Amino acid sequence: MSDPEPGTYKVAEVKTAPFDARFPNTNQARYCWQGYIDFHRCTNIRGEDYEPCQYFKHVYRAMCPKSWSDMWDEQRESGTFAGRV
Amino acid sequence: MATPAQLGLMDAASPVMEEMIYFHDHVMLVLILITCLIFYSMLVLISSKYIYRFLTDGHVIETVWTVIPAIILVVVALPSLKLLYLTDELDNPQLTIKSVGHQWYWSYEYTDYYDIEFDSYMLPLGDLSKGDARLLEVDNRVVLPVDTSVRVLVTAADVIHSWTVPSLGLKMDAVPGRLNQLALQCSRVGTFYGQCSEICGANHSFMPIVIEAVPVEVFEGWCDMMLDEE
Repeated sequence: MSDPEPGTYKVAEVKTAPFDARFPNTNQARYCWQGYIDFHRCTNIRGEDYEPCQYFKHVYRAMCPKSWSDMWDEQRESGTFAGRV
Repeated sequence: MATPAQLGLMDAASPVMEEMIYFHDHVMLVLILITCLIFYSMLVLISSKYIYRFLTDGHVIETVWTVIPAIILVVVALPSLKLLYLTDELDNPQLTIKSVGHQWYWSYEYTDYYDIEFDSYMLPLGDLSKGDARLLEVDNRVVLPVDTSVRVLVTAADVIHSWTVPSLGLKMDAVPGRLNQLALQCSRVGTFYGQCSEICGANHSFMPIVIEAVPVEVFEGWCDMMLDEE
């Protein structure tokens, strides 16, 4: 699940975040938030190298606008993040 | 895109828009039949020199003109509801893109496995080439593969905008703090234009949306090109 090299990108190989029955609404903000929380909780418990955590990273990268995840990264660093990770 | 003096809808470029056009035609048929019937009745009544003796009382006719409109309303409502739920359906998306409204431009993100981000500004008059559409062309188009199910997540960074592409049958408000989901599927190659549809300030009219639907291989080449540039 690493970033592709230029010249190797194939649509058929891309699997974006799938439909999640927990978030059936038009507003998908909660899906993005949950993916972000799950990834950081997962790595806090299992460590950065634990491969299954990457699934959540993939989900939140696909679902969250960059400005949202960057803002949350800054908040985690400064200790003001609202979620439990 | 729309042309001057165009009366009908734009040609459909997605299955949902095709359904919308069928629904439009269906409702127009019902409307025209009713209008013709009413005008015919009015004409006959006005031009007749006879006076109807039982004008103030008629149980049968009252029952008929209550039941028939009720049936007509059901005939209109059922396909309308079907279409409503169809537009909400997201069929196992292959790609996700994000569209963020700003005052006054759109920015796009393709971040499934790679990071492609760009802003899409309207081209000013001086930069247009011959044949370009005034107030509709942008510097960076949204390039998407045809016949691929795409999830579009629409949000805004400042005020409410609305991301709209009529020929694909899409319109979604971009609300700060919300991440509204749209299902997009282009059924043919082409360039599709849209404009912001929520008054968002002084340059509301000058933040168009341009989608370029291309074959999958071309899309892959475009992604590689964008990755190379970064």
